[in-house]
Amino acid sequence: MTNLRSLYNFNGGVHPPQHKEVSAGRPIVKAPIPSRLTIPLHQHIGNVAKPIVQVGEKVLKGQMIAQAEGYVSASVHASTSGTVSAIEMLSVPHPSGLPDLCIVLESDGEDTWAERIPLNYREMDLSALRNRLRDAGVVGLGGAVFPSFIKLNPGPQQKIQTLIINGAECEPWITCDDMLMRERADEIVQGIEIMRYLMRPEEILIGIEDNKPEAIAAMQAACSNLHFQIDVIPVPTIYPGGGAKQLIKVLTNKEPPSGGRSTDIGVQCFNVATAYSIHRAINHGEPVISRIVTVTGNVTLPQNFEMLIGTPVNELVALTGTPKADTNRYIMGGPMMGFDLPSDRVPAIKATNCIIAASPRLFPQPPAPMQCIRCTRCAQACPVDLQPQELYWFARAKNLGKAQEYFLFDCIECGCCSYVCPSNIPLVQYYRFAKSEIWAREKEKQASDLARERHEFRQLRIDREKQERAEKLAKKAAAAKAAPTPAVEGTANPSGIDSDAAAKKAAIQAAIERSKAKKAGIAPKNVDNLPPDKLKEIQNIEARREKIRELAQKEIE
Amino acid sequence: MNSPYIKETTSVSIIMLKVLLALVPAIGLYVMYFGPAILVSIMLAIATALVCESMMLKFRSYAVKPFLLDGSATVTAVLLALSMPPLAPWWLIVIATAFAIIVAKHLYGGLGNNLFNPAMVGYAVMIISFPVHMTQWPAPEMLASAHLTFTQELQYIFAGIMPDGLNLDAVSMATPLDTLKTQLKLEHTINEILQMPIFSWGSGKGTEIIALGYLAGGLILWQQRIITWHIPVAFLSGLFLTGSLFHIYDTDRYISPWFHLLSGGAMLGAFFIATDPITGATTPKGKLIFGAGIGFLTYVIRSMGGYPDGVAFAVLIMNICVPLIDAYTQPKVFGHKSVQPDAQEK
Ligand code: SF4
Ligand code: SF4
Repeated sequence: MTNLRSLYNFNGGVHPPQHKEVSAGRPIVKAPIPSRLTIPLHQHIGNVAKPIVQVGEKVLKGQMIAQAEGYVSASVHASTSGTVSAIEMLSVPHPSGLPDLCIVLESDGEDTWAERIPLNYREMDLSALRNRLRDAGVVGLGGAVFPSFIKLNPGPQQKIQTLIINGAECEPWITCDDMLMRERADEIVQGIEIMRYLMRPEEILIGIEDNKPEAIAAMQAACSNLHFQIDVIPVPTIYPGGGAKQLIKVLTNKEPPSGGRSTDIGVQCFNVATAYSIHRAINHGEPVISRIVTVTGNVTLPQNFEMLIGTPVNELVALTGTPKADTNRYIMGGPMMGFDLPSDRVPAIKATNCIIAASPRLFPQPPAPMQCIRCTRCAQACPVDLQPQELYWFARAKNLGKAQEYFLFDCIECGCCSYVCPSNIPLVQYYRFAKSEIWAREKEKQASDLARERHEFRQLRIDREKQERAEKLAKKAAAAKAAPTPAVEGTANPSGIDSDAAAKKAAIQAAIERSKAKKAGIAPKNVDNLPPDKLKEIQNIEARREKIRELAQKEIE
Repeated sequence: MNSPYIKETTSVSIIMLKVLLALVPAIGLYVMYFGPAILVSIMLAIATALVCESMMLKFRSYAVKPFLLDGSATVTAVLLALSMPPLAPWWLIVIATAFAIIVAKHLYGGLGNNLFNPAMVGYAVMIISFPVHMTQWPAPEMLASAHLTFTQELQYIFAGIMPDGLNLDAVSMATPLDTLKTQLKLEHTINEILQMPIFSWGSGKGTEIIALGYLAGGLILWQQRIITWHIPVAFLSGLFLTGSLFHIYDTDRYISPWFHLLSGGAMLGAFFIATDPITGATTPKGKLIFGAGIGFLTYVIRSMGGYPDGVAFAVLIMNICVPLIDAYTQPKVFGHKSVQPDAQEK
């Protein structure tokens, strides 16, 4: 379906060398079942899934081994059949390098499926359908890993006009979505049909960067004979054109509001791989236990693999031939936004779209940073229209209030500014550092607010007790004066004490209530009622805070 | 290491080198029309700048080599030399450059921190302190009543010695802007003034050609994305529009705006000086205001002020306004409705 729709621009963006051809030349290969899989329970935004198996328990392929906990969470499943050998804290692929709870599975080599029940979704209730997606562990596979069932539930007020399927894949080196679209276009489209059933959008657009002509052709072919319309739209190749907000802008000219959701403007956006896994989950009853991953960089035969979640990175790398000798580390994700893996023993997870074997030759250390010459190349490259040179100035001066005023928290850490800076200033690192400092201060403030309230409450109680004692003494004195006979005094006294105690209790109760109300009222903004993506950001920031602080401190010195 | 792992191969040195290369056409024309003395000024300025820069870097305990190689001192030196009369005695160039580098650049915090354009500070200090020397421009080749050989020029620049029987007036003359100003004071009309041999189709003989050289260099910078169009276009439009208004008001007393575009430091200033990133405005809207301000002030100083050319002072005045301009012209951030008004100066 060719399309003459007009496209729009977002400002900024860069054109880094693509390096995509190296891994896009070969078809997707199924990676062998590893003998041991390490499956982290936190592969999504939100709460960690709760393990529901025991050590020693035998599990089947696709069996749920950890259950979604709370609303924003996703279930986790056994990627193959075998025995649970451990449930413990292990190293996971995360920028912080901190360990996380994992279930270790010894595969029995049989790869026996648990029962798979395909659903006829057209006859299903929408919420039951969404529950199935939650139970199948479907999350955004573009790398954001946000639980999909939540995004598919925009709420009764919010009408989705445009459903956007993101096939832009703008990061250099990565080709997993490209290959998926080339090879499994029909299945992606079947996933889109399910989303259409759930959301009833007025239009469906698939945005694909124009450097992927085969993918565009395959998707167009898959969309040509449907009973509804899907527009496959080639978009200009520019980084970060595959960012959801940027793609939305390019396709619809609407800007998702800062701090809000794209549903606020009637748009929802899903990655192609997510559409594919929705199809597998509903039409085949298969939870998310595998994904396509690009293994590339300093390897002999860069390629895409369909790998089981939990496969160790070194086993994936081994599939591409002997790693080249000067490989010094592994990057998960693309070179613009990815991060160093703590080791090549960590498992590949739902968020793993790409593993890049890195070498000093491929990714040389940039020269030492020089002063900012205010050339504003960074500002011209920023897709969010920030003024990175000002943010840098404020972050460096630790003028965090100013940094916030200049919209530090709108920075998506895309790295365009660092990429173009002629002074080699690691701008993004400064922003990460500044953000983490602000969150830390916010937290400290919260803690000290709490301490202050406790203190005030204690003071209040002490004052009240003092006052009550004084009143009691005065009453006693008055009673002694007024009472002529000890008999009367005897009966009056106990009752007096009782009422005093009751009054005291009531006063304390009232103070507690007041304090509670006060606390609810003065919770620092910024931290409460955050959208889940912000929560994830906070979690990430918290986790890598120490590391960044160290790095940034080094840079500053 | 942290993401992004890749970087465009740009550096401050490359940018500065491109700026120097973009000046080559204009310098070539300069030599054609006014002789090679300018090359001596440029060399002298560069040498002084490099010495002062190394001294100051050492003094402020910076690594000398990488910062010296960034090329910024060289660019300042060349721009300064191009703004000064090339027959100026050597010490004038040396003092101007030293002042620009030591005071205007390093005492203000070094590259990236200086508020004022160093080259223009050097120029302004010199024209205030040594107005006579600063107005001795060599006459264009075809107009001078006598010619100095290159050796004679060197003798004059370094030792102040003129060949027997020649005085300075024989080889130098007032610049077109100067001439215009004095002639207007003598109550001549523009038409009468333009009959004088120094003027040509655009402005002064030779001057306009060099101006076109700067224009060409500026276009190269724009094409190379070293500068954006905002400041030059706003500068030249500001100058042109102000000039037009006056010109339309009284054609006898106010010269055509084209003349202003092609004389003095207008083109050099628009493309190479006002576009200095460190001391200029940074937001797109801010750049327009900044450039237009310089254009307007250049005209006002040229026509009503006491100095022959207004570019240097106009640039310095607008430099002061930059923090304010930047703070009030913050662009709308993606996903926000409009610019928040609480952005204030740093
Ligand atoms: S790109 Fe680098 S040198 Fe240029 S303004 Fe931005 S931070 Fe400064
Ligand atoms: S990392 Fe942040 S400041 Fe830099 S270009 Fe991206 S969004 Fe802009």
